[in-house]
Amino acid sequence: MKKYVCLGVILLFILITQFLHAQEIHQSSDLYDKTIQFFSFKEKSVRVVITGIVLMGCGCGLMGGFVVTRKLSLFGDTLSHAVLPGVAVGFIWSQSKNSVGIIIGAMIAGFIGVFLISLIRKTTRIHLDSALGLVLSGLYAIGICLLTRIQKLDYGNQSGIDHYLFGQIAGLSSADTMIIGLSTILTALFILILYKEMLITGFDQAFASSIGLPIDLLQYILWTLLAFTVITSLQIVGIILVSALLIIPAATSSLITQRMGSLLICSALFGIIAGLSGCYLSFLGNHLPTGPLIVLSSTSIFLFVLFLNPKNGVLFEKLNFMKNKQKVLIENTLKAIYQELEKKDFTQDQISLNELAKRRRRSVAEVQKETDILVKKEYIHIFKKKSPKLPGESTICLTPSGWSEACRIVRNHRLWELYLTNQAQYAPDHVHEDAEKIEHILGNETVRQIEKILSNPRKDPHGKLIPSQFDIDRGYINLNSK
Amino acid sequence: MKPFFPTFDYTDVFIAPWATTNDFIWNGQIILMGFLVSLSCGLIGTFIVLRKLALMGDAISHSILPGLVAGIIIFQSKAIVPMFIGACFAGLFCSFCIEWLQTKTPLKPDAALGLTFTSFFALGVLAVSQMGHHIHIDAECLLYGEIGMIPLLENISVGSVSFGPYPIGIMVIISIIIILMLIIFYRQLLVTSFDQALSISLGFPLKKIHYALMTLLALTIVSAFEAVGVILVVAMLVFPSTTASFFFTRIPAILIFTFPLSIIYSVGGFFLARWMDCSIAGAMVVVAVLCFLSAWIITARMNFFSNLLPSKN
Repeated sequence: MKKYVCLGVILLFILITQFLHAQEIHQSSDLYDKTIQFFSFKEKSVRVVITGIVLMGCGCGLMGGFVVTRKLSLFGDTLSHAVLPGVAVGFIWSQSKNSVGIIIGAMIAGFIGVFLISLIRKTTRIHLDSALGLVLSGLYAIGICLLTRIQKLDYGNQSGIDHYLFGQIAGLSSADTMIIGLSTILTALFILILYKEMLITGFDQAFASSIGLPIDLLQYILWTLLAFTVITSLQIVGIILVSALLIIPAATSSLITQRMGSLLICSALFGIIAGLSGCYLSFLGNHLPTGPLIVLSSTSIFLFVLFLNPKNGVLFEKLNFMKNKQKVLIENTLKAIYQELEKKDFTQDQISLNELAKRRRRSVAEVQKETDILVKKEYIHIFKKKSPKLPGESTICLTPSGWSEACRIVRNHRLWELYLTNQAQYAPDHVHEDAEKIEHILGNETVRQIEKILSNPRKDPHGKLIPSQFDIDRGYINLNSK
Repeated sequence: MKPFFPTFDYTDVFIAPWATTNDFIWNGQIILMGFLVSLSCGLIGTFIVLRKLALMGDAISHSILPGLVAGIIIFQSKAIVPMFIGACFAGLFCSFCIEWLQTKTPLKPDAALGLTFTSFFALGVLAVSQMGHHIHIDAECLLYGEIGMIPLLENISVGSVSFGPYPIGIMVIISIIIILMLIIFYRQLLVTSFDQALSISLGFPLKKIHYALMTLLALTIVSAFEAVGVILVVAMLVFPSTTASFFFTRIPAILIFTFPLSIIYSVGGFFLARWMDCSIAGAMVVVAVLCFLSAWIITARMNFFSNLLPSKN
C-alpha cells in the first residue's frame, strides 16, 4: 500500500516540477498548446517518438533491474562505449544511416568488447575495473578515429552518424521504433519465461549450479539482450548516457523494494516516466537535447526517492535519528531522577538540580536544558528558587506521567540485568552496559515475556527494587510497608 | 568518393610536417602536448590503477563538464582560470557524491558511481547545448578533444618572449607537480596503495593521501581534457601502466617505462592521424591499444615458450 502511495507522490512531484520548468521556458498559452499537441497523439511524428520512448524506457528499466542487482552497472557502461567502432563500421558497410547494418556492426563490437574483458581477466593479473577502463576507452578511441575519418569522406547522408554520440530523437523513424519494440518484447518474454532461473543465478550461483542450471548459457543470453537493448536505445539517448538509463531507474527502485519482481516493475515504470518527461521537456524547448533531459528526469526521481522515501529516505532517517536521540536523553534523565529519589529511600518527593547534575555527570547548565525539555513534555515540575544566582538549588518533582515513565525505564533496565544474569549466565557486574542500551528499545510485549520467564521478580542482581506495575499505578513506592 | 584507407605516402606523412619552420613549430607543439598529457596521466594513472580507481578517473573526467560551464557563467569569461576552478570543483564534488552514496545509502558501489557521473555529464551536455553561443566548446570536441587546435590558442608570454600556447604551459606545470609529488611522497603512496594496515601502523594519514591523490587526478584530467576529451583521458590513465605491468613488477620500473611509452603514443598517434586524416587524440589511443596488445601477445608467447622448456626443478 505504502509503495503505491509513494509512486503516486512521485508522479505528482514530477508533474509539478515539469510544469514549473516548462513555465520558465515558454509563456503559458504556448505551453498549453504544446502540451495538448504532445499528449493528443494526433501527429504521426509525435506518436512515433512517444511510442519509441515508452518502449525504450520499459526495456531499459527491465534490463537495468538485472544490471544493478548483478553489479554489472559499469559493465553496461563499457558495453555502450565499446559499440562505437561497430556503429562506424556498420555505417561504412551499409553506406548510409541504415539501422540494420549499424545494429549488426554494433552487436559484433559489443561481443568483441565482452570477449576482451573476459580474456584480459583470464590471462592477465589486471583488475576488473582497469580491464573495463581499457576496453571502454580503447574501443571508443578506435570508434572516434573511424568517425572522424568518415566525416572527412564524402558519403551522401552522413548527418545521422554523430547523433549516436548524444542521441537525436527527431530522427526516429517508425522502423527504429519497431526495432526498439522488438528488443523490449524480447526482454519481457525472456523475463517471463526464465524469471525463476534468472533470480537463482543472480543471487546464488552455487545453488544454481547444484540444481543443474546452465549458468553460462543464461549469462550469455542476458549479455546478448543487454547489448541489444543498449544498441537500440543509442539513437534516443546517445552512447554515453545510455548506461544512465540502465542504472538510474533500477537503482531508484532498489531503494523502494527488496523483491525482484516489484523491483523490475518499478524500474520499468520509472524508465517510462523518465523517458516521457524528458521527451516532453525537450519538446517544449526547441533546442533542448532529449538524451540529457531523460537522464536528468530519472536523476530527479532518484533524488526525490532517496531523500523523501518514508521508509528509508535520507531525510526521514535523519529525523528518526534526532527523535531517538532525544528520547534516549529524556529517558536517561528520568532514570537519573528515579535513582536520586531511590537514594533517599523515597522519603522525599523532590530532588535538587545539583543532585541530578551530579548523578548525570553534567554541569548544572546542561542539566537545566535537559529538564526544560522534560517540563515541556510535562514529565516533571520545577520549583525555581527566588534567587537566580543559584540555579542548582531549584528542586524538581515528577508528575504522574513522569513517574510512570521513569518507573518503566528503570524496570526495563533492571529486568534486563536480571534476565542476563539468570538466563544468559552473565556475571552481575557485566550486565549494566548491555541494559543501558536495551532499556530504550524494549517493548511492552518483550517486558511481559521477560517477567513471565523470571516469574515476576522484585529484586535485580544488585539487590535493588524493580518497580512493579502496582507501584507505577499507585504513584509512589513505600519501602517501609513491604 | 575517397577510399576509406588513403594511400600511404611516405613523404606526406613523415617529411612534410617538418618541411618549414612554421610547420615544425606547429606540429612540434602538438606532439609535445600529446607527450605531456600521456606522461602526466600515465604517472598518476599507475597509482590510480593500483588502487582500483580506474573507473573513478572515468567518473571524474565526465563530471567536470557542468563545472566548466558554471565557471564560465559565474565569472562571465572564457579565461582559463574560472573554467579550471569550476572543473576542479565539479570533479571533487562528484567524487564526494560517489563516496557519500556508496557509504551512506544501500546502493551498490558500482551503481552509485555510474549514476553520479552520468547525471553530471547529462547536466553538462544540457548546459553546453544551451550556452552554445557563449562558449567555444562544442559538445563533440568534448568527446575526443582538439589537440590539433592547441597551437592556435593564445600564447603565454612574459614581455616579448613567448612560451607557447597556454595549455602546454599548464601541462608542463602539472607534469612537474606530479613528478615532484611522486618523488616526495613515493613511500607513502606505495604503502597506502598496497597495505592499508601497515600504512596505518606507520602513521600515514590514509584519508589525506587519498584526497590529495584525487585532487591531483582532478587537476590532471582538467588540464588534459581540452586536448584529448573526457573519455580518452581514461585511456591515458590506464594504458601506460597496464602495458608496462606486462614486463615489470616493480613500481619504479613501471613509472620510468611511462616515459618511452608516452613518446611512442604521441609520435605514433601523430603520424597515424596524419596518414588517416582523423582525430589525433583518438589515434594516440589507438597506438596505445596496439602497444598494449603487442605487449600482451609477447608476454603470452614468452610464457608459452618457457612452459615448453623443461622446468628447472
